[in-house]
Amino acid sequence: MRRLFGAGVIAALAVALAFLALPVVALFVDVGPGELLDSLDDQASLDALALSLEVTALALAIIVVVGTPVAWGLATRRFRGRSVVVTVLELPLVLPPAVAGIALLAAFGPGGLLGDALDSAGVQLVFQTAGVVVALVFVASPFYLRQAQAAFEALDPSLLEASRTLGAGEGRTFARVACPVAFHSLLAGAALAWGRALGEFGATLIFAGSLQGVTQTAPLAIFAGFATDLSGALALSVVLVAVSAAILLGIKLVARTRPAL
Amino acid sequence: MRGLRIVALAAAVALAGCGDSSDPKPTVTVSAASSLKKAFEACAATLPREDVRFSFAGSDELAAQIRQGARPDLYAAANTKLPQQLASAGLLEPPVVFAGNRLVLAIPAGSHVASLDQLARPGTKVVVGEPGVPVGSYTRAVLGRLPAAQRQAILANVRSQEPDVLGVVGKLAHGAADAGFLYATDVVAASAQLRAIELPARLQPRVQYGIGIVKGTKHEAQAKAFVDSLTRGTCRQAMGKAGFEPPPG
Repeated sequence: MRRLFGAGVIAALAVALAFLALPVVALFVDVGPGELLDSLDDQASLDALALSLEVTALALAIIVVVGTPVAWGLATRRFRGRSVVVTVLELPLVLPPAVAGIALLAAFGPGGLLGDALDSAGVQLVFQTAGVVVALVFVASPFYLRQAQAAFEALDPSLLEASRTLGAGEGRTFARVACPVAFHSLLAGAALAWGRALGEFGATLIFAGSLQGVTQTAPLAIFAGFATDLSGALALSVVLVAVSAAILLGIKLVARTRPAL
Repeated sequence: MRGLRIVALAAAVALAGCGDSSDPKPTVTVSAASSLKKAFEACAATLPREDVRFSFAGSDELAAQIRQGARPDLYAAANTKLPQQLASAGLLEPPVVFAGNRLVLAIPAGSHVASLDQLARPGTKVVVGEPGVPVGSYTRAVLGRLPAAQRQAILANVRSQEPDVLGVVGKLAHGAADAGFLYATDVVAASAQLRAIELPARLQPRVQYGIGIVKGTKHEAQAKAFVDSLTRGTCRQAMGKAGFEPPPG
């Protein structure tokens, strides 16, 4: 029986690996090195890649800077309505991206709830690079929040207690003890959020639009190219996969070399 | 455990139900340009013998899907070029023209744009279709007939290139943009939010819709019936109601 289960696990692993890896492998099989180089010569592809890196970096910075204290607060405090707050913060996880885009328009668009207020403050988001960043933060932040909250909740309470008895305030405990100890988990959460942001398509298209160099990120350029320039779209896809894999791998290596406390 | 058993039972009943229906209505799948959405849905409701399923997207996306191996039974595009290209590639039976349309300047309620000339004003937000999708290529044909300075000024005001007409409609209906180029029928379909400004006849491109049966379809008779209905049956009336023009001749 035990052996049977072991065989089942291995079979499931093989199926999962084949199913998840095959499409990516197919992408690489479809694109010759020549096409790959040609696509790197294409200005629209280059603009899209540069824009993608720029907006995902900005979005990730905002998510980490704002999200880490939020996750800490949720992990360390018990209050009425806490589970409602957590659910609301996680809602973008289950929203279809198109719904997220329409919701952002309804909130921050020119005719939206805050449309007039933003307009009089001189802030424009729709059709702007800033709008792409807003869309990415909206859809990707729950990935980081969830992971960071779980990481802080899993901290050994005696560590935090020791910090407190040694006279450190909450801010110091958070910055000098909690964040360094939870570093690996926070990094993993950041990687997840970044990956979600890099692949974002629907909310960006609906909320920010698609214009080369301004709002057309790599996924939007790939979609636009699918109909008119399939080989270019495939090549850009391959580049995107390679860049994503390199960054994910890099993060994993950093996480490994930095010893846990 | 009991819940699981109930689910299993329900599934078994559902499966048995599938097997029992000995003569289901054949389902015809139509890949159709987004601008045909309302008219085709109204049209399908008039067909008694077939179930019709639609996949709406930009004509260019749908053509790319077919080139990549997707096999709907019919392909209906907002131009004649894409169906002809598929036919030359041996993927489509010779296409027929089944409707005409007009390009218009569409504006949302409250837009300050009242004429084509105002599109060139700095700060005016314009949305258009991508160059590859028919509505985008017609739009560029219109702009190509304008004086170069005016064309450049309008292109500089383009804020987004949308993958299909529904994207342009969405941006306008939400008041995100001041004006966009659409088909006359798109504005009819969204008449609660949008208004059309007619283009001068000298700028108007020839907008014709082509449809073709995908080679190797298992539902050739039903696909043919759909095309016939479009050219001379009940669907032609649905098309007319939606604002499409009859095919030439």
